[in-house]
Amino acid sequence: MNDMSKVDPAATPALRLDAPPATSLWSHARHVVSENPITGFAFLLFALILLAAILGPSLVPYDPLASNTNAALQAPSTAHWFGTDQLGRDIFSRVIAATRLDFTIAVASVALVFLLGGLAGVSAGFFGGWVDKLVGRIADTIMAFPLFVLAMGIVAALGNSVTNIVIATAIINFPLYARVARAEANVRREAGFVQAARLSGNSDWRLLLTQIMPNIMPIMAVQMSLTMGYAILNAAGLSFIGLGVRPPTPEWGIMVAEGASFIVSGEWWIAFFPGLALMIAVFCFNLLGDGVRDLVDPQRRN
Amino acid sequence: MATIPLLEIRNLTVEFATRRGAVQAVRSIDVSVAKGETVAIVGESGSGKSVTSYAVVRILDRAGRVAEGSISFSGVDLVAANETQMRDLRGREISMIFQNPRAALNPIRKVGRQIEDVLLQHVQATRATAREKAIEALTRVRIARPEERYDAYPFELSGGMCQRVVIALAIACQPQLLIADEPTTGLDVTTQKAVMDLIVELTRERGMSTILITHDLGLAAAYCDKVVVMEKGQVVETAAAGEIFRNPQHPYTRRLMQATPRIGMSLADLLTEPPKAEPAPKTAPQPPPAPTPSGAAPGEAAAGQPLLSVEALVKEYPRPATGAFLARLMGKAEPEKPAFRAVDGISFSIARGETLGLVGESGCGKSTTSMTITRLIDPSGGRIVFDGTDIGAIPARQFAASPQRRRIQMVFQDPTDSLNPRFTAERAIADPIMRMGALSGRDALRARCEDLARLVGLPVELIDRFPHQLSGGQKARVGIARAIALDPDLVILDEPTAALDVSVQAVVLNLLEELKGRLGMSYLFVSHDLNVVRLLCDRVIVMRSGAIVEQGTAEEVLGNPRAEYTRELLTAIPHPPM
Repeated sequence: MNDMSKVDPAATPALRLDAPPATSLWSHARHVVSENPITGFAFLLFALILLAAILGPSLVPYDPLASNTNAALQAPSTAHWFGTDQLGRDIFSRVIAATRLDFTIAVASVALVFLLGGLAGVSAGFFGGWVDKLVGRIADTIMAFPLFVLAMGIVAALGNSVTNIVIATAIINFPLYARVARAEANVRREAGFVQAARLSGNSDWRLLLTQIMPNIMPIMAVQMSLTMGYAILNAAGLSFIGLGVRPPTPEWGIMVAEGASFIVSGEWWIAFFPGLALMIAVFCFNLLGDGVRDLVDPQRRN
Repeated sequence: MATIPLLEIRNLTVEFATRRGAVQAVRSIDVSVAKGETVAIVGESGSGKSVTSYAVVRILDRAGRVAEGSISFSGVDLVAANETQMRDLRGREISMIFQNPRAALNPIRKVGRQIEDVLLQHVQATRATAREKAIEALTRVRIARPEERYDAYPFELSGGMCQRVVIALAIACQPQLLIADEPTTGLDVTTQKAVMDLIVELTRERGMSTILITHDLGLAAAYCDKVVVMEKGQVVETAAAGEIFRNPQHPYTRRLMQATPRIGMSLADLLTEPPKAEPAPKTAPQPPPAPTPSGAAPGEAAAGQPLLSVEALVKEYPRPATGAFLARLMGKAEPEKPAFRAVDGISFSIARGETLGLVGESGCGKSTTSMTITRLIDPSGGRIVFDGTDIGAIPARQFAASPQRRRIQMVFQDPTDSLNPRFTAERAIADPIMRMGALSGRDALRARCEDLARLVGLPVELIDRFPHQLSGGQKARVGIARAIALDPDLVILDEPTAALDVSVQAVVLNLLEELKGRLGMSYLFVSHDLNVVRLLCDRVIVMRSGAIVEQGTAEEVLGNPRAEYTRELLTAIPHPPM
């Protein structure tokens, strides 16, 4: 993606010939957003989530960990926008502060699975033969389990930590990445430009990394955006059942779990607002997928 | 002259909405087709010829719309007609044949069934008679053993056969107008002739009108009554087929005709204006003793020795096991079939500075041969001796690291497919230099790329662009620049102009000839187009089913062929009347 910034329409005004003119990334982004306002909305949401993740803890009105039993179980008000929980902690502060952790888990696990699954899948599609068989069987084995149960098993076996949630989330997403990457690489293996690069003296690994990998990035970017939402959901799910993140750390899954028992007694806000945050985050990443594809794919720049 | 034309297009303008505002793909054109008339719409890519036909049957994509003008078909206004009326007309009154017959057929449905679908849709047959009528339709397009072929799937049929099925589909309901959009592009010349003969015969028999959309002037001349020439969305000339070739009025028509390779013309004749660069030193048809400018040590190889000699080259592909896994397990496996021989023991040589043409129809093994010589695939047998070393013995996977790698390069058939969409032109040209060249430093690399761009006539300003921001001809130039970046001794040209318009082809062919003289390279020119081969090659090899049918000098083989197959190929080429 780094070579995209080099395209500058202003640099070559002299000779247009009949070639389509070049577009800058910025004007292209504006076009993508103007063509599909939902993409713009998704990017806006994403920016908000990012802001909350980076600056959240320093912006919130209350300390997310500070309990105040005098103000326990208060309904949403001007003082406590989202109300307070059973220990009197401000839910708004906790929801915002939790963004960083949930977001980090999602990004880390997606990055990990992209590296592992993407590379394994591309190798499988490119080399074929025993590499293909091996990667295929590993993916099949993972797919044979109910994925959430597998994630639970992995976290339970490896130990209750954020790192292990990341690893477990990456592993259960592995088949998805491996298969998409394999199919894409397989199609491009015989493409003219790969043959041409072979003639230029590129070794197999170099072909894989410089010719094939960059070309499957658009579809991988979509995949990553979609799995981001899933990864957040998964991490929250694990925390909900008591694996991974431990209280009192603010985390959406735990907060929903803690608030669940209060819903019956009418204190709906404890579980509702973290759940809403979770929903918005997942929704945003799913919407983002299409927009990311439009942005990353150079073919769509005209 | 017919009184009322069957199809009358008046002042038609078709617009496409793009991000840069509306673009007019077709600008106020007038075309009329009389009953029983065969009209050719000729033009290069982007001339709007296909868009015109899409507008007629109203299958423009979502961004396109008829902005102005009228299309009337035997009294019906096609612009105003609603979708139900159009659905009724399509197939029954107007039908289309598309360029790629395989894409036009449903791959998982038997071809007979697909014909039945059309017949039933337009109430030309009932369930009871459908099969019979479908077989009848297959018989009409001269498909041998139609009862058997009824049950065939498209992948079981050859390209020509598929196109016949598509024609059968198109004429099944006896339409009044047939629109054939590049119906034979991608088919071999002999198949092209058979398909075109069939279309013309069938339409004449039924008094149907035909619109033939093509980029090939020769084809238009050979088969049509009237020719409409389009350029950049406008009709520049309309005339009777004989007239337009004898006396072309518009400069564009003249240019187009001149760029079409014919017998008895030289490479330079293809260009309207002489090449801008200083005339290249003409290479003698016989191997010149010119030393290669590359770093190769010419001392070892004697001057008389050929640059490349291929001896009894064989490439076999194993046939897929026919017996299912279970059958094998139960000991019921069929005896193994012998491997398929794509290249069957061919021998030839290329002298220094020579251009050897390798000609044949699809599936004859010419591509396999060229891929084996470029060492992209391993031969099954035989020797490939390049400048004294048997490069066939080096496995293809290790050849990237061989010192011979830089001396054998290739220009690919499809300029779009052969450029990495995520690399700029500069990066593509620089790739071989970065891997195998001696240059170091960004500036030196940049300078070399600019030199190469100038050498192949690519404006230097364009080398920072991505492939999709370049035109077809420019992409072809990038591909050529990449191939010659390391001063190779042998360049394999795999149909380098097959995907280009004739005018661009003319320029690229001249460029290739000029570069060869300047850089002292040898070419192996792989092509199915005999007219192009005639222009560029010193010697020619004709291949069929993996074997060499005939070889000799270009004049001998193409002027006075000895083999029956070569004669067949030559007569199948449509020639514009001169």
